[in-house]
Amino acid sequence: MDGVLLATLIVGIVGLLIGLFLCFFSEKFAVPVDEKELAVRAELPGNNCGGCGFAGCDGLAAAIAKGEAEVSACPVGGDAVANAIAAIMGVEASEGGRMVAYVKCAGTCEVANTSYDYSGPADCLMASMAPGGGGKACSYGCLGFGNCVKACPFDAIHVVDGVAMVNREACKACGKCVEACPKNLIELIPETAKEMVKCSSRDKGKDVMQACKVGCIGCGLCAKACPVEAVTVTNNLAHIDAEKCTGCGACAEKCPKKIIHKA
Amino acid sequence: MKELFLVAVGAALVNNVVLSQFLGLCPFLGVSKKVNTAAGMGGAVIFVVTIASAVTWLINEFVLVRFDVTYMQTIVFILVIAALVQFVEMFLKKYSKGLYEALGVYLPLITTNCAVLGVAISNVSDGYGFVTALVSGFATALGFTIAIVILAGIREQIEYNDIPESFQGTPIVLLTSGLMAIAFFGFAGLI
Repeated sequence: MDGVLLATLIVGIVGLLIGLFLCFFSEKFAVPVDEKELAVRAELPGNNCGGCGFAGCDGLAAAIAKGEAEVSACPVGGDAVANAIAAIMGVEASEGGRMVAYVKCAGTCEVANTSYDYSGPADCLMASMAPGGGGKACSYGCLGFGNCVKACPFDAIHVVDGVAMVNREACKACGKCVEACPKNLIELIPETAKEMVKCSSRDKGKDVMQACKVGCIGCGLCAKACPVEAVTVTNNLAHIDAEKCTGCGACAEKCPKKIIHKA
Repeated sequence: MKELFLVAVGAALVNNVVLSQFLGLCPFLGVSKKVNTAAGMGGAVIFVVTIASAVTWLINEFVLVRFDVTYMQTIVFILVIAALVQFVEMFLKKYSKGLYEALGVYLPLITTNCAVLGVAISNVSDGYGFVTALVSGFATALGFTIAIVILAGIREQIEYNDIPESFQGTPIVLLTSGLMAIAFFGFAGLI
């Protein structure tokens, strides 16, 4: 009985001493935490996805509280979170608008030609290092091995028929897929963007025709058709300025390859 | 001096805490994806284990042995180590913000690293003196760092290898560490 008592006493006393010791030093070593930082942290989603470029939500909260980051810096929370944080920080939230990822390639299995059968590891980065940048005849196109799918923390991007497709509802615009794509096919666009060119090929028209049925040949008809000069063709590839675009659809109508889509 | 050196070499290489004693496998497998983070974890472990071996030695000598309750070692040591990690974290946060941020999440993770408890207990059971215990603790943690950094280096290399599907992920890492353990077995003749 004595043994049990002694053991209990010793562990109890050691525990008590440690508790007091920690208690004392937590007061002594207390680092003053900005109240704003705590409030901002409470508003952030807490996924710790790193989409803002800081080390998790704590890092972003600290940066916002210090004024080093925009109140709308969290791409996941969107306007709701930005407004709540703006209220805490006492500033107006700039209406950034929601962004979504967009894959600039439409070269599905039926329409894109292959130059050889790629049989290496099923990984976009590996395939892009193979001769010709993978088995697809077009060296700019989506390889379809889904490095973006693996990178997406929100299950918002999937490979359908050999090409990555974004689920716009689920996309939080964290930018992980943009980084993961070795072909740089994915871009974050404003959700309000109206017309998009679904191709990234900078090859000459003739080469594009041989490689893919839905590639931009850089003919420039869209640029001529646009009434507000929102479309430009550089390096044999059309590009639409989302800010100028009114969504009239004139370019999509004129496009001989039908690669300008409603975004 | 010679004896201390032998203890250090023995703890770091010959009886490597991960590869021959199989302690601390969780962080060894968990945080060995990149050399940078592995080195961070190793640094944090060196820091905590060295302090922990000193403190647990003192507690054992002046509390447990005196009251003849050495059978309470495990529970008291766990208590002490957990509190110590907490204390070190608070201390660093206050006085060395840079180191605190560099160690990051690895510092609290060490609480659950059984290598720390293993070192404390083996120090006592081997009957080491205070200085020897300190050296042994430091060298053991150094051995952990060596092992985890090497494994991280190998994992970075095999990242893009064409590994059969059933071996991808943890299996290939376990195989790799098994081969490393065999390689470290070569140190057995050193002392």
